[in-house]
Amino acid sequence: MTPVRVSIVGVLASVLLILVVLELVRGRRLKERYALLWLATGVVLLVLSAWRGGLNTIAGWVGVTSYPPAVLFAVATLFILLVLLHYSTVISKLTDENVELAQRIALLEERVGRPPTGPRSPAG
Amino acid sequence: MTGSRAVAVVPAYNESGAIGRVVREILAARPGIDVVVVDDASTDDTAAVAEANGATVLQLAFNVGIGGAVQTGFRYAVEEGYERAVRLDGDGQHDAAEIGRLFEPLERGEADLVIGSRFVDDGGSYRPPFARRLGIRVFARLVSLLGGQRVTDTTSGFIALDRAGIELFAREYPHDYPEVEATLVALRSGLRLSQVQVEMRERETGASSITFVRSLYYIVKVLLALLVASLRRYPRLEGARR
Repeated sequence: MTPVRVSIVGVLASVLLILVVLELVRGRRLKERYALLWLATGVVLLVLSAWRGGLNTIAGWVGVTSYPPAVLFAVATLFILLVLLHYSTVISKLTDENVELAQRIALLEERVGRPPTGPRSPAG
Repeated sequence: MTGSRAVAVVPAYNESGAIGRVVREILAARPGIDVVVVDDASTDDTAAVAEANGATVLQLAFNVGIGGAVQTGFRYAVEEGYERAVRLDGDGQHDAAEIGRLFEPLERGEADLVIGSRFVDDGGSYRPPFARRLGIRVFARLVSLLGGQRVTDTTSGFIALDRAGIELFAREYPHDYPEVEATLVALRSGLRLSQVQVEMRERETGASSITFVRSLYYIVKVLLALLVASLRRYPRLEGARR
């Protein structure tokens, strides 16, 4: 059975995660679109921490008999991997869009007539 | 030119030492051709030199890599309505005098993509170091296998395209280490391929960008790209031919 203290810490940590994410969205520092996976992570961890019988049952399903909280870690890790993978796809899309913007600007500048050519100052 | 406008696309990154001569040689070899130098955010005066020698210059705001630069040129060709394009390196290793031979299969309407290959016949004088030769051969075999047609040189970078080819590459072109994958994409999209034996010159200025770690990344990246490209579905371009 899961130690009570592990459950309490698990609940507190998940609630904290959910609150921080909500606050970031409220302050417009995180877009809803990118908050959803984090919120899902928080909710799933909260449920698994609070519902002690459920965690035990799931641990039994996957063959974790000695220490059910290990399932909590595994689930948390899985969600973090999902978030990271999601970000990789976001970065890839941004990269493509960025290059396309540079290409279009180059074409536009040529069309409207550039100022005299010279080396550009390094971007950023 | 015989009725159809042609453009030479020349990607260049810090090639101010070579680019002037490259532009002049293209203009001399092919009167009437337009030369577009795509300056991939050089920190030297590549753009000014190219322009002074008669090229149109497209300047990228930041370095996007050789593929992204080349694609900018193809997009320009699409927008400006060019019927033919040839791509040469900005360092002068491709011989502008051979552009005419690359255009011949296009003019006869036999091909949409012509590769200036170093290995069509054994008479070529290009003898790279063993490892590099092996790599070039392996990629060529792999693309031949996956694309269903024998390709002798997928890394030459000296290619000519008709309108269908230009439109394809303006849309689909890998951003880094693009040549091998682009060849496979062309074959899978149904472009007709032709190969012409060419010679390559030694680099005049600058250094080759290939180092050991990069070669490793290159090999892995290209293999992954080939795998993915052969799993993807590409619309066949039969309708684009004329």
